Amino acid sequence: MKKKKVPSDIPFYSFMWCAGIMYFALIVALLYADASYTSFSEIKNALADKSIRSSVWLTFQTCWITAVLSILFAVPTAYILTRYNFPLKRLFDSILDIPIVLPPLVIGLSLLILFNQIQIFDQTIEAHFKNLFSSLNAILPDRFFFKFPSGVTYKVPAIILAQFTVSCAFAVRTMRNTFENIDARQEEVALTMGCNRSKAFWTVVIPQARFGIMTAAILSWARALGEFGPILVFAGATRGKTEVLSTTVFLEISIGNLEGAVAVSFLMISAAVLVLVIVRMLSSNNSSW
Amino acid sequence: MLKVDKLTIDLGNFSIRNISFDIPRGKYAVLMGKSGSGKTTILESICGLRNIKSGSIFIDGNNVTKLRPGDRFIGFVPQDGVLFSTMTVFEQIAFGCTVRGHSKAASKVRAFELSKDLDIEHLLDRNPQGLSGGEIQRVALARALASKPQLICMDEPLSSLDEDSRETVCDLIKRIHRKENLTFLHITHSQAEADLMGEVKFKLSDGRVIADA
Repeated sequence: MKKKKVPSDIPFYSFMWCAGIMYFALIVALLYADASYTSFSEIKNALADKSIRSSVWLTFQTCWITAVLSILFAVPTAYILTRYNFPLKRLFDSILDIPIVLPPLVIGLSLLILFNQIQIFDQTIEAHFKNLFSSLNAILPDRFFFKFPSGVTYKVPAIILAQFTVSCAFAVRTMRNTFENIDARQEEVALTMGCNRSKAFWTVVIPQARFGIMTAAILSWARALGEFGPILVFAGATRGKTEVLSTTVFLEISIGNLEGAVAVSFLMISAAVLVLVIVRMLSSNNSSW
Repeated sequence: MLKVDKLTIDLGNFSIRNISFDIPRGKYAVLMGKSGSGKTTILESICGLRNIKSGSIFIDGNNVTKLRPGDRFIGFVPQDGVLFSTMTVFEQIAFGCTVRGHSKAASKVRAFELSKDLDIEHLLDRNPQGLSGGEIQRVALARALASKPQLICMDEPLSSLDEDSRETVCDLIKRIHRKENLTFLHITHSQAEADLMGEVKFKLSDGRVIADA
């Protein structure tokens, strides 16, 4: 019987490498295109613009608030999903992924309808928040450094809520992976030693989840930085009021200032690259544990 | 000291029914059974980590069936040790004392005492990563003993050890048993291990526990 020769591996490796290199080249080309279209002086000019400076400041403020809120909600949600079985768990889990798969504009539209059309106790949610914020402002001292806005929609809270809705879903996924990698038996040992659930969580689980928490926070921050669709619909893009970097790019393009738009984009790319480097560093630390 | 009375555990497609046995105070008891026979489930139920369907568990005459794991005052040594990966060996042992309200100074004294007894003094500053199987088991035992419980439950403590480590850990467990005058419940699938360690032996077979002569 004639022995059949093993077919060559070259087609396999060729396809794998070609696909990988082509996608990599596309990303590098995009970055090169942006870098070649702008210069340090244009970035400097863009930053000299008062409205862009205020957009940068508002972006960083809202992104940090979103990241903190995402962690506050993602850690308990992911913990429950990882450690407990309950009826309709799969449905609950799937619903939590909806913000990841929904078109961003639809999220913005949904938030707009939720706050302005749905009535609870004969008032819209927006009206409830208006009342709440005005009551809180009445309590605050006159010269207090912070005042609540007069509502949510088309105000700064709308930016945070739009960013949070999407970012938190990513944080939940990250935290879920983190908790799945922590042996639940360690908590059980802590329980037999005299801890209650809370003490076991804070002393045994959280120290092990710290890299995951940092990764989730940074990813939420980065996701919030790039959010555009829901912010445009729910918060608008009013110069100096609800303008964040992603909407600045849109506004600059709409008035024909492509150089300004690219300069702002370059700032966002720099922030994104920095975030990716930090996440990779944290992930490599994590894997050595 | 430990009395398990008509214990029934239902875990979906697996169940154990009407298990009863009694371990006198200060005795070293071994519960044998094949892999998958439910030994670990029984041990974890005694520790309060698994819900039981019916039956009762008594420790020192007190019904602990409805108590939370921490309120049963049992030292638990799970299979593979399951050390806390972010604590040093010293912190793991001292944690067992501080969590029960002992002062830091008393916890430190207890941690040093146990580390000497179990020959792990040289490991106190180490993290669990990189410890050998025998070292992990000794640290897990020290951690379980830290708060001076009256009952120690050990889940196959020798199964993952090589021949030399097994002999060392056996000797240490026996020495600790004599010194602290504790009641031990040790589960294993090995008849040889049961013969070597057990003063009281039980066998889990076909969902029933029988005394093994």
